[in-house]
Amino acid sequence: MISIQTDDFDAGTEYAALRESGTGTGAIATFTGLVRDSGDTQGVSGLFLEHYPGMTEQVIADLIDEASRRWDVRQARVIHRVGKLRLQDQIVFVGVCSAHRADAFAACEFIMDALKTSAPFWKKELSESGEHWVEQKASDVARGEAWRK
Amino acid sequence: MTDQTITVRFFARLREELGTEQLTLPANKYQTAGDLLAELASQGGPWAQLQGDQPVMIAINQAMAKSNATVKAGDEVAFFPPVTGG
Repeated sequence: MISIQTDDFDAGTEYAALRESGTGTGAIATFTGLVRDSGDTQGVSGLFLEHYPGMTEQVIADLIDEASRRWDVRQARVIHRVGKLRLQDQIVFVGVCSAHRADAFAACEFIMDALKTSAPFWKKELSESGEHWVEQKASDVARGEAWRK
Repeated sequence: MTDQTITVRFFARLREELGTEQLTLPANKYQTAGDLLAELASQGGPWAQLQGDQPVMIAINQAMAKSNATVKAGDEVAFFPPVTGG
């Protein structure tokens, strides 16, 4: 299931829901991304996140399908927030249920890495010095591409 | 009646710097997404950046596309900077 929302989410509630994915699930890997105080600029006080409604959901659905072809994925959950976020707010949640840990870790990391370089989200950093649209990082691109080799 | 136009959308930094969120253009003038981009860039000013140093990503009907991809009447073409979510 995929949710793009302005509201916060509760990782505990999401984890509890993933535990109901069936008796074949032996491992759950989750990732949560937070707003931190430095990025392209120092003294970041918050973020503004924009996305391309419709395309975003389709790209993430395709990534979950791809993960399900490559690994044992019993259930996957992706939540991504948009709009204005403050320091330490939760931005993104990825949770994957698998039979075994290796598949859960790999699928969760793949979805997160691929989302960063292919899902149409854009971050703007807000700080005392003004606003700054975040630049795509070569290291993020490299991580995304590494899964395609 | 069929729609003889193309909808063009801009996001993030491009949306702000161009001061434009959406355009409707006649479909018969353009073969590819690259033609559209070149035409828009030729207006100069902030539009020149569509063919500048910074990469511009393209989506046609909400799927990533290359500049040589064909555009046709009824399509939604989007131009935006490299994505930075997560």
